[in-house]
Amino acid sequence: MASTKQNGTANLAANGQNGYKVIGTRPVRPDGVDKVTGRAVYAADVQMTGLLHGHVLRSPHAHARIRSIDTSKAEALPGVRAVVTAADLPVAEDKIEDLGEGAINLKYLSDNILAHEKALYHGHAVAGVAAVNPHIAEEAAALIEVDYEPLPPVMTVDDALADDAPILLETLRTDSMGEIGSEQTNLASFFRHQRGDLEAGFADAELVVDRTFRTETVHQGYIEPHAATALYSADGQITIWTSTQGSFAVRGQVCEILQIPVSRLKVVPTEIGGGFGGKINVYVEPVAVLLSQKAGHEPVKIVMSRADVLAATGPTSGSNIRVKIGVDSDGKISAALAELYYEAGAYPGSPVGAAANVSLAPYAIDNLQVDGYDIIVNRPRSAAYRAPGGTNVAFAVESVVDELAEELGMDPAEFRILNGAKENDRRPDGVQYARIGQIETVEAIKESDHYQSSLEGNYRGRGIASGYWNNWGGQSSATAVLNPDGTVNLNEASTDIGGTRASIAMQLAEAMEIDYEQVKARVVDTDTVSYNDVTGGSRTTFATGLAAYNLGQQLKKEMKRRLAEHWDVEPSEVSYEDGAFNAGDESLPFVEAAGLVQREEPLMASSTVHPQDFGPGFSTQCVDVEVDPETGKITILRYTIAQDVGKAIHPSYVEGQMQGGVAQGIGWAINEEYIYDDEGHLLNASLLDYRMPTALDLPMIETIMVEVPHPAHPYGVRGVGEVNIVPPAGAVANAVYQATGVRMDKLPISPANLLEAMWAKQAEEAAELVPGDD
Amino acid sequence: MQAIDFVAPTSVDEAISALAAGSGMARPLSGGTDLIAQLQEGRLTLDTVVDLKRIPELMAISISSDGLTLGASVSCHSINNNQAIRDAYPALIDSTHLIGGTQIQGRASLGGNLCNSSPAADSIPNLIAHSVTCHIAGPNGRRTVPVEEFCTAPGRNVLENGEFLVALEFPAPPANFGAAYLRFIPRNEMDIAVVGAGADVVLSDDGSTIQSARVSIGAVAPTPLFVQEAGDALAGEPVSEETLAKAADLARDAARPISDMRGTIPQRKHLSGVLTQRALRIAIDRARGTKTVDELGRLNGHG
Repeated sequence: MASTKQNGTANLAANGQNGYKVIGTRPVRPDGVDKVTGRAVYAADVQMTGLLHGHVLRSPHAHARIRSIDTSKAEALPGVRAVVTAADLPVAEDKIEDLGEGAINLKYLSDNILAHEKALYHGHAVAGVAAVNPHIAEEAAALIEVDYEPLPPVMTVDDALADDAPILLETLRTDSMGEIGSEQTNLASFFRHQRGDLEAGFADAELVVDRTFRTETVHQGYIEPHAATALYSADGQITIWTSTQGSFAVRGQVCEILQIPVSRLKVVPTEIGGGFGGKINVYVEPVAVLLSQKAGHEPVKIVMSRADVLAATGPTSGSNIRVKIGVDSDGKISAALAELYYEAGAYPGSPVGAAANVSLAPYAIDNLQVDGYDIIVNRPRSAAYRAPGGTNVAFAVESVVDELAEELGMDPAEFRILNGAKENDRRPDGVQYARIGQIETVEAIKESDHYQSSLEGNYRGRGIASGYWNNWGGQSSATAVLNPDGTVNLNEASTDIGGTRASIAMQLAEAMEIDYEQVKARVVDTDTVSYNDVTGGSRTTFATGLAAYNLGQQLKKEMKRRLAEHWDVEPSEVSYEDGAFNAGDESLPFVEAAGLVQREEPLMASSTVHPQDFGPGFSTQCVDVEVDPETGKITILRYTIAQDVGKAIHPSYVEGQMQGGVAQGIGWAINEEYIYDDEGHLLNASLLDYRMPTALDLPMIETIMVEVPHPAHPYGVRGVGEVNIVPPAGAVANAVYQATGVRMDKLPISPANLLEAMWAKQAEEAAELVPGDD
Repeated sequence: MQAIDFVAPTSVDEAISALAAGSGMARPLSGGTDLIAQLQEGRLTLDTVVDLKRIPELMAISISSDGLTLGASVSCHSINNNQAIRDAYPALIDSTHLIGGTQIQGRASLGGNLCNSSPAADSIPNLIAHSVTCHIAGPNGRRTVPVEEFCTAPGRNVLENGEFLVALEFPAPPANFGAAYLRFIPRNEMDIAVVGAGADVVLSDDGSTIQSARVSIGAVAPTPLFVQEAGDALAGEPVSEETLAKAADLARDAARPISDMRGTIPQRKHLSGVLTQRALRIAIDRARGTKTVDELGRLNGHG
């Protein structure tokens, strides 16, 4: 059956907030029973006959040249079946490919899987071993002799840009707006967005606030460690079972790294225990394939430890950020400048580009300039993390906005409404907004019980902040099989992280006007449907949901056509209402029709989509904190998030996304950070010392879903997964200021950092009290 | 982690023999919450573990008007559920409630926490505040050591090769006795103490004067510190914030911390004073009978 390609122009029900039968309800998820009974198969649960266990040897140095690797002792250990190093990988070219996660240089991708000439971070994979059990594999890895020449580590923006900085990648040259530099450098790229007249804008300003900020490296913190099982069959066919946000992204990367055609690799996605952007890049998958091939075509499973996950996957960038904003006498922003220096980790590709778009996006600004710098350092190669780059820059911008509002004597919500971006305003890079809901989210917070309530008590404060995320459309494929009993099998390839199986099935059920329980949704492998982009960019419920909507329309249309034939009427005479097909005196319930129309020929539908009109998301958030003045510890007393969600298909899962993003943002704000020693060793590669919030650290997060239907989706869906993580650090910092009088210029606002800032402020005030006393 | 031998003696003498047979590559095992993690992470290599939990003396709880003798392998959970201990030594529960979650408390023991000898151990400042005596057995017989002399360096203690801890002996609490343990962690759970402070006081009958006191702080030196001068400074003084502040200053002075991923030197010095003062306040409230253990539980992040 012909598939449809659609650019998201349908507008069937975007105006109909009411009248839905399935959308807006909260049914049980199809994967729920297996998950709560422990039956669901996650990546590490994969078992098969003859399974070997892999272990990866990692660099103990942050920066070192690899002179040689001797694997003979490991190979000689009884029980070892294969040892691989970078020498087993095809020679990678310096070639740029788009593998469904943005453009990437294949040599860097390959070098990150197994270090070639240099180890570029503590934990960089150097060799892999497969053995009959995990203990022998681990013991064998320790027998591999690597001759390292340690080099000075480059850990921060400042280290990397220093005049005499050690060079990480000898062939790297700065790409400056398309112009390639001639010198060796750690600055991978520079770009600038500008419009209007910045100088004139600042000259017009009554008040200018100019501040610099520092944020530390943080990890996505998914609870399930990376794991993969690979079988390289004797006939050359390869299968990988893995936990990933995109089975096709795994296929693309592994095929490029190993130089094999896509037809030889099938990727079977398992259930996933969180990803947040960090389960798009491959890590152990190519190593498992190489080991399986070398071990005589036996399956090899590699399960990363928590320490390996923290040391070698994720994280997202630390950053240095300068924000300068001027306002005129009416409180309108007259000019804004942002300079963003993002640490990409060992290879180019920080999210600084996305960060630039986020930076000033909630505001209507005529005169602006945003500069972005992508800088490599001896830390793990950065990976996407929920609204990549957004939280860092929003912390900086929202802190400055809060300071401006305070100086102006304006309510911070009023300031954001006065300056809020609307339809036809432009993002920092010039993209013009369609209908957006930024101001609505500020108004929702302003009118909330939370914001209207009074906050009393010493060392308590309230802060608000806004944030933006662009979302994404991407490509999706799905098929639907009509069963003769009136149920529909929905086969799609979008990894289900936030309940998308349910929210996609709900859209098919709504389109077909059948019950949600009649749709059986499952996530299939890469051989079963056509190409499908990652679950990322808040695109899945939007785009794969659009495919499901199309499937429903197709099936209904074909059922009508066949019934018309059966009843000997024109198809246009067949109507479908309240779960029954009707034509003249004829009437047939859907369930019976499903059997009847398939007596002669089975019925299925397929749909592929690549919608371009994905709508961006905005969020405004309000937090109350209490600071212990003697310890610097922050208690989050109350938190409310308002988010423009388009139309909430499954409200519980939308609320779950909102709360989840806020929880992660709070962790980023108050405790999470990578801690390194002077030699670049990661010191806190455990969940004991990498301090994500636990349930005891968070209050119930109150949600306000602002529904501004997205005009380019039949049900008004907007991506909801990411924007929620953008404002929390700024909101918390603003609340801490109200509580303590201290404006934090760095994240995390940990007890140690906040105590020091409070002491510095006390010392400053004491000095002011005693003029001339040095 | 490689295969190791497991021995489960049923008497102290058998355990001594089993440890001697291991010739330095054998270690006693109680709950194993530290030992097994160290083996799994490759921080420790052993041939043999000697499980002490089948030795009646190490699992015994004996409480009377003379005091409490606690077998070294008794689990925190058993302590938490012993009403006689809760009544006589309510402050002890401050530590046994903090060490791990409920499942871990079913395994973890105070003896193990002490013998692991972490400078940040959550029980040791509390044991010092309670004037505990350590009973040790080994190839050369039995001996006792005051708990404040037990730890010698991070992960090290006075136990000689082949020796192990048998029991902890708590003196009977005098009249008007109160104690407390507090720790500071950045989160409300799942953290190692940045600083911990244990304190006890004995008040006059009218509750107005401190007759004696002991202060101990953790995570601020290579071993948990007994800050005798802080307790001495309180003896004979009236109960007041000024008095407590003096003791807090002495604790701050005694702290000689390092900066690491869990805390900085200035932060730890500062917190030594803050927590000492707070722990003393609770100890005084308890001595006066005005605060319950459950209220304190909340202070330590256990809602």
